[in-house]
Amino acid sequence: MEAINNWISCGGVEDVLFYVFAALTLLCGILVIANPFSRNPVTSAMFLVLTIISMSGLFVLLHAFFLGIVQIIVYAGAVMVLFLFVIMLLDLKEELRRKIKMFGLVAGLISVGTVASIFLKSLASVKTDAAPPALEGDTYALGKLLFTQYTLPFEIVSVLLLVAMIGVILLSKKKLE
Amino acid sequence: MDWNFIIFSLVKIAIVVGVVQGLVAYSVLAERKISAWIQDRVGPNRTAPPFAKYLPVLGPLLTRWGMFQPLADGLKFLFKEDFTPAGVKKIYFFLAPAISVIPAMLTVAVIPFGSQIGAQKMVIADLNVGILYTFGIVSMGVYGIVLAGYAANSKYPMFGGIRSSAQMISYEISMGMSVIPLLLIVGNLNLSQIIGWQSSHGWLVLYAPISFVIFMVASFAETNRTPFDLPEAETELVGGYHTEYGSMKFALFFLAEYSNMVASSAMMVTLFFGGWTLPFWGLDHAATSLGMGLVQILVFLVKMLFFMVIFIWVRWMFPRFRYDQLMDLGWRRFLPLALVNILITAVWLWIRS
Repeated sequence: MEAINNWISCGGVEDVLFYVFAALTLLCGILVIANPFSRNPVTSAMFLVLTIISMSGLFVLLHAFFLGIVQIIVYAGAVMVLFLFVIMLLDLKEELRRKIKMFGLVAGLISVGTVASIFLKSLASVKTDAAPPALEGDTYALGKLLFTQYTLPFEIVSVLLLVAMIGVILLSKKKLE
Repeated sequence: MDWNFIIFSLVKIAIVVGVVQGLVAYSVLAERKISAWIQDRVGPNRTAPPFAKYLPVLGPLLTRWGMFQPLADGLKFLFKEDFTPAGVKKIYFFLAPAISVIPAMLTVAVIPFGSQIGAQKMVIADLNVGILYTFGIVSMGVYGIVLAGYAANSKYPMFGGIRSSAQMISYEISMGMSVIPLLLIVGNLNLSQIIGWQSSHGWLVLYAPISFVIFMVASFAETNRTPFDLPEAETELVGGYHTEYGSMKFALFFLAEYSNMVASSAMMVTLFFGGWTLPFWGLDHAATSLGMGLVQILVFLVKMLFFMVIFIWVRWMFPRFRYDQLMDLGWRRFLPLALVNILITAVWLWIRS
């Protein structure tokens, strides 16, 4: 009993959960793009949902509750539902027959390499002896930062989203008056 | 976090899940009885196990109230042949009922159903982002319905699934927007703190009545209940997303719908009607004795049952919306109204500060 208590209070549960969620994230992420059992887009979309949920589990383990929940609400709850909505209306049989093209493979590898190098660089620049930043899920602090220190990036992102939205409306309208 | 915490949490989870299941079973009975009264019928009045007739007065009375009906319904669902139609997508067909039940059960985790008994707070997880958690989980509920529609591989369930996904996304936005005035007033996302604020300042429905109306209508849409039950509209879509389902798998969809009803009634009580508090008899602060703790849980249950009855009553009193009317109401009426409501609340708070 004492040993279990000690193990729990030293964060044993968190450690186990971290490995579970990390493994789930990676596994589901791989299954989104390279599922050996099915090339059904709906299956890929569902695995993407699982990836997002396990990723928000990782956020929760970092005590970033707000980020974790927003991840689920925005990506799993809204974006992926719309994805599914569109996929279900498309002709899926054509997608099942499609072969992997050389161009797509090369472009994909290049973008993966770029993202990986950014990650490696940021990992290398981490000072291991520095105190971990306060990541408590305090929405008040987060809101304050967004509207004081990071106002400009925040506004730029929202303008970008607005531009994207107007673009979509323009493209989807067949005839322009 | 230690051993005790885990044991107490497990006990609380077991009790809450058990109570919710019981409520679901008897709300189905309530649905049938209330619909019977509204339509001038009798409702279930004769289902009884063999031993009931040996109980002197109680037996016939319970039988007449239909108290054994949920038991019979449950057994019927369990023992029916678990039929899988040809041509369905097997994996999703089996997963869909589970995916729709799990979120429905998870929502109650953050709802404070009482103040405290002994040193234990009567809430499973006292999250500091409680409201957002419920919205996140509720938004997961749509997958069960969409996948059920997709897996059935037939056109009416497909229509049901697609209708449901569009409907739930639309009303989630109005629902989320309707809660923002509360957050502005209280300044906290924790449900226990919201109840605490209400016990000292008065119920939030007095401060944000428009929010309450929008939240209530949106929760009717989110639970796919009449007047917004278009995903399963019998007269147009046969049975909508669960047309191809039978036996226990169908019962799971039923269970999910009623659990969602329980959860949204609980949310309405917590957000707008003071949760487990009552403004008199000293029930407005955390209980110090066992009796008070139990009474507060009872208060919460009674308030919740009130909203459950409203859910049922509305179903049998109002006709179904047309789909374009539903979208019109969600996007062109409620969304602007919710935005104006946020603005008015913000200005009011600014003037007062």
